[in-house]
Amino acid sequence: MNLWLELILVSLILANLHLLGSSRINACIRTVALQAVLLSVVSLLVQPHPIGLRLPLLAAASMAIKAGLLPWLLRRAVREAGVQTEVEPIVGFTTSLLLGLGLLGVALHVADRLPMADADGARFLVATALFTVLIGLLLIVGRRKAVMQTVGYLAMENGIYAFGLAFAVQEPLLVEMGVLLDVFVAVFVMGIAIHHISREFDHIDTDRLSALKD
Amino acid sequence: MAVLASIVHVVLALALAPLLPGIINRVKAWVAGRRGSPLLQAYRDLWKLLQRGTVYSRTTTGLIVVGPVVGLACVVAALLIVPLGGVPGLMAFSGDFLLMAYLFGLMRFVTILAALDTGSSFEGMGASREAFFSALAEPALLLGLAALSVPSGQFSLSAAYASVTWAAMTSTVGPAWLLVAAALIIVFLAENARIPVDDPNTHLELTMIHEAMVLDHGGPDLAMIQYAASLKLWTLGALVVGLLVPVRSGWWCVDLAVGVAGLFALAAMVGVIESTIARLRLVRVPQFLVAASVLSILALVLVTRQS
Repeated sequence: MNLWLELILVSLILANLHLLGSSRINACIRTVALQAVLLSVVSLLVQPHPIGLRLPLLAAASMAIKAGLLPWLLRRAVREAGVQTEVEPIVGFTTSLLLGLGLLGVALHVADRLPMADADGARFLVATALFTVLIGLLLIVGRRKAVMQTVGYLAMENGIYAFGLAFAVQEPLLVEMGVLLDVFVAVFVMGIAIHHISREFDHIDTDRLSALKD
Repeated sequence: MAVLASIVHVVLALALAPLLPGIINRVKAWVAGRRGSPLLQAYRDLWKLLQRGTVYSRTTTGLIVVGPVVGLACVVAALLIVPLGGVPGLMAFSGDFLLMAYLFGLMRFVTILAALDTGSSFEGMGASREAFFSALAEPALLLGLAALSVPSGQFSLSAAYASVTWAAMTSTVGPAWLLVAAALIIVFLAENARIPVDDPNTHLELTMIHEAMVLDHGGPDLAMIQYAASLKLWTLGALVVGLLVPVRSGWWCVDLAVGVAGLFALAAMVGVIESTIARLRLVRVPQFLVAASVLSILALVLVTRQS
């Protein structure tokens, strides 16, 4: 397998683990942006055909949105809400790391059993993609702050993008652009929602929303 | 020839190990803009301590005398197993890395016993922390070394490190071994009681870990503890350097010189780390060590997937 591809995929896994272990919201936003950049590089690396002009343009566009625009929106939400750290997550940081390892095992196990055209690099790419999706889900259920849940959503989107790359043809990239548009709208709405939650309740702890009374 | 190289390595380690703390302190002083103590300060301290007598408190039962002696013996025995880059250890057999890990475990055990023997509350606290943190560091060390051995199928330290060549590092096991190197560096810092896990220069007993355990030792006992600490720095450092400097030239003189230079560079790096980052809060240390274990496990998963 290509050494560079392997290095990038390992960095993606490490970035996922960093998302689980870090309490700084800004660091997590940066990590998700870094993931998006790495994935754009992967999208160029896994192409078997000579790369035309269209693919780099698509990759650059998706990178601009996921590593530039969305993190900027999230940072703005963080600034408006005035939170810096996730202090008491529902699932603790060390527990999250260990859970993450378990999820990595699940992802590798599933990827080894998925029926697909056998390319050695693709199998590991699929495992990484599944792992990223699972990490996103874990972040969504395991964190209190709405911003971190949005970060988890973005991580999940990165995973879906990577999953599309594993079946590398140009059309999935176009589909991906459609998905990206949805995500963009979703993050936009979430940013507004976070702003409203923090203005109404002076915090953005979502678990306290369930205790609302009329 | 290999035996001669190993003997020269052991002799060099016994002679040069106290230089490592000297280099660390010198680099720290240099980064802070001071001149710092001379490089040979550790030797002078050892000499000074050896001249002194020892005072034992009346609550001790004799374990306090055993602790430093057994500790030094353990670390010297571990030194005989550890390879330095291409220079094999004096003894090599399958599974010797388990022996090395548990020699360090035994050393820690006697140090903890000696600390508890003094009856001081501070030493008990330090001992409890040391036991907790080292229990977390141990899986990182063992799983990391296992990840190193799996590709070559050789479960002895010397053979596993002989397989770490430049060609292997740039092949598909390279990323996994870089993870092992990161995990080993964390273990190296934690086991040798350096920042960010423990601050060797702290003067506040409440925050000490390793230093708190040796507060009541003095004279030749303290000299043995300090000498054992620098040998431990050398031994665990050799594991890191052997992985990060994959020079296997075939001439043992070159390998040995590169290895020793790598150790000195590692000491300088520790000095820079200690000057640039702060010590972790005590509650964050377990997370740091678990992260090291996670890196090791990830590396192990990667290499077993490939083989």
